[in-house]
Amino acid sequence: MSISEGTLITPADFTGAGSGGDVSERGKFGVFGGRYVPEALIPALDEVAAEYEKARTDLAFIREFDHLLRTYAGRPTTITEVPRFAEQAGGARILLKREDLTHTGAHKINNVLGQALLTKRLGKSRVIAETGAGQHGVATATAAALMGLECVIYMGAVDCERQALNVARMKLLGARVVPVTNGSQTLKDAINEAFRDWVTNVDSTHYLFGTVAGPYPFPGIVRDFARIIGVEARRQVLELTGELPDAVCAAVGGGSNAIGIMHAFIEDADVQLHGYEAGGRGAETGEHALTLTQGSIGVLHGSRTYVLQDDEGQTIESHSISAGLDYPGVGPEHAWLKDSGRATYHGITDAEAMDAFALLARTEGIIPAIESSHALAGALKLGRDLGPDATILVNLSGRGDKDMGTAMKYFNL
Amino acid sequence: MTTLATVFEKARAENRAALVGYLPAGFPTIDGAIAAATAMVEAGCDVIEIGLPYSDPLMDGPTIQDAVHRALENGTRIADVMRTVEGVAKSGAATLVMTYWNPIDRYGAERFARDLAAAGGVGTITPDLTPEEAGPWREASASAGIDTVFLVAPSSTEERIAIVTECCTGFVYAASLMGVTGARESVGAAAAGLVERTRPHAKVPVCVGLGVGTGAQAAEVAAYADGVIVGSAFIRRLLDAPNEREGLRAVRELAAELAEGVRR
Ligand SMILES: Cc1ncc(COP(=O)(O)O)c(C=O)c1O
Repeated sequence: MSISEGTLITPADFTGAGSGGDVSERGKFGVFGGRYVPEALIPALDEVAAEYEKARTDLAFIREFDHLLRTYAGRPTTITEVPRFAEQAGGARILLKREDLTHTGAHKINNVLGQALLTKRLGKSRVIAETGAGQHGVATATAAALMGLECVIYMGAVDCERQALNVARMKLLGARVVPVTNGSQTLKDAINEAFRDWVTNVDSTHYLFGTVAGPYPFPGIVRDFARIIGVEARRQVLELTGELPDAVCAAVGGGSNAIGIMHAFIEDADVQLHGYEAGGRGAETGEHALTLTQGSIGVLHGSRTYVLQDDEGQTIESHSISAGLDYPGVGPEHAWLKDSGRATYHGITDAEAMDAFALLARTEGIIPAIESSHALAGALKLGRDLGPDATILVNLSGRGDKDMGTAMKYFNL
Repeated sequence: MTTLATVFEKARAENRAALVGYLPAGFPTIDGAIAAATAMVEAGCDVIEIGLPYSDPLMDGPTIQDAVHRALENGTRIADVMRTVEGVAKSGAATLVMTYWNPIDRYGAERFARDLAAAGGVGTITPDLTPEEAGPWREASASAGIDTVFLVAPSSTEERIAIVTECCTGFVYAASLMGVTGARESVGAAAAGLVERTRPHAKVPVCVGLGVGTGAQAAEVAAYADGVIVGSAFIRRLLDAPNEREGLRAVRELAAELAEGVRR
């Protein structure tokens, strides 16, 4: 049995470039990753890992995923060249991978559809998820509606407020949204609460984890389902320009859109990989989410990685104008890509991101998510460094509709 | 210093289960926690677990979250945890630290084990440290002469129970139910079965925790386990008390009720 003509993904796309995180290594990326969770969850994590190992090589599963990506999510997404925006980038060529054009408006849908199919294979009837910007929550609620699964979304109370539109969307889609009022009331606390739910309801429930962080097997699974972004983009850039791009840029919160676009380029040694974290009010203010660039190695949410923590291992609360990047941890594969030198990570402040947000809107008629605007701001700087001959591929991970409340306040609209 | 081995030996000689009480350091205050734990020992706790307050307690329910949050607001540091252990160990109870892994990782495994032993602590319970990642901690603990306690859960397979109990010295912590910490109406029905499945693998005693909060529940668990672990119910007494004196009276009363329970 072979994959039919016109499909987007092949079994090889799932195995990817072998940068770790697989069963054989029990989820280790160098010293990073692993599993630091209550023993009660180990059987569930093992079950998810085992089922995913079967699914990733099962042509029927791949075909079903592929079908959903094409007929429901709207893949392949196009790439768009943005010359008027790129005038501010020293004349470098900038190409956007348009994940904002997917159904529900962000790259999160790719992972969610894959994991929702996995949920059905696991025989579970209920999904839970954490969400920061609300995009993962909306995507999860969407897939749950599509597949008839019960859905509960944990969201920090602060995020519920700044992403109110997405809360309404989730409710309309039939999900129950639980505002989390402890700790920093943002993504980190939503994850804690989702784990508490999972350990209590693990028999019926799959934790549909939203980014490439967390315990093994999540970082590898979420990466594999997001990997389609880079697989498509690599092909599309080659078709358009005849060459690979000089650099690939993406925003980094937990790291799923970044690994999604970067992973297909890891073996292409001449392609620079750049990740942009939220610099918030500035590195020097302490109010930022610069996990890779300012953090230290530790354990958070089940995985060894870079963490914003104090000298005694207490998590330091992060800050970002964008809820999706407001997280004091990061996926272990990024920690590994950083330490191995294959990828480089930088900070972009709230102000720089908002400037890029407005610039893309005015020069190209595209309103990006504030998360993605960090990558756009990074590309502007990188273009000036690399010069006018460079081609830069940017993951436009989502659209900015959800951010209009923040933008109205920020720009006095 | 009272070791876990001597505690369980004594309890066995008295034909009863041991009583293990939990309180986080720094709650309600640093000295208040020492006083409360000491009162618990005086009223019948054989073992005390001192919780190391951590910012992201993902295995804990609302009661312990609340207490830990207050302890962190009070500025509780690891030095305070060590001082608390020292104070409580003086009361004659075997005193452990219960902590998520990251604070030890950051402090340094060897340094933490050494400092804990020096403070009179007898070991640790590490609820999110899986056997696969526990190598460095087991080594550090062994060289400092302290015990390592890990958890098994109702969901644990035979294979996992064997792997986890292999890493346990002191005792094995059997979680009575699938869920977070917190007192419950009834102790999980799975607890007795879990203890039964754990016994053949364990060279050390098996204690049951999660959801125990009354003398009757303690008696029920004591019928099949070597020790009964109570945490949230003590914290609840302190949270509900109008002042520190009343709080001490309330935890003393609960410890006495539980101590009677494990002797039924
Ligand atoms: C549009 C968009 N981009 C990026 C992110 C950050 O997540 P990640 O780093 O996992 O891609 C989010 C998270 O909510 C998002 O909604």
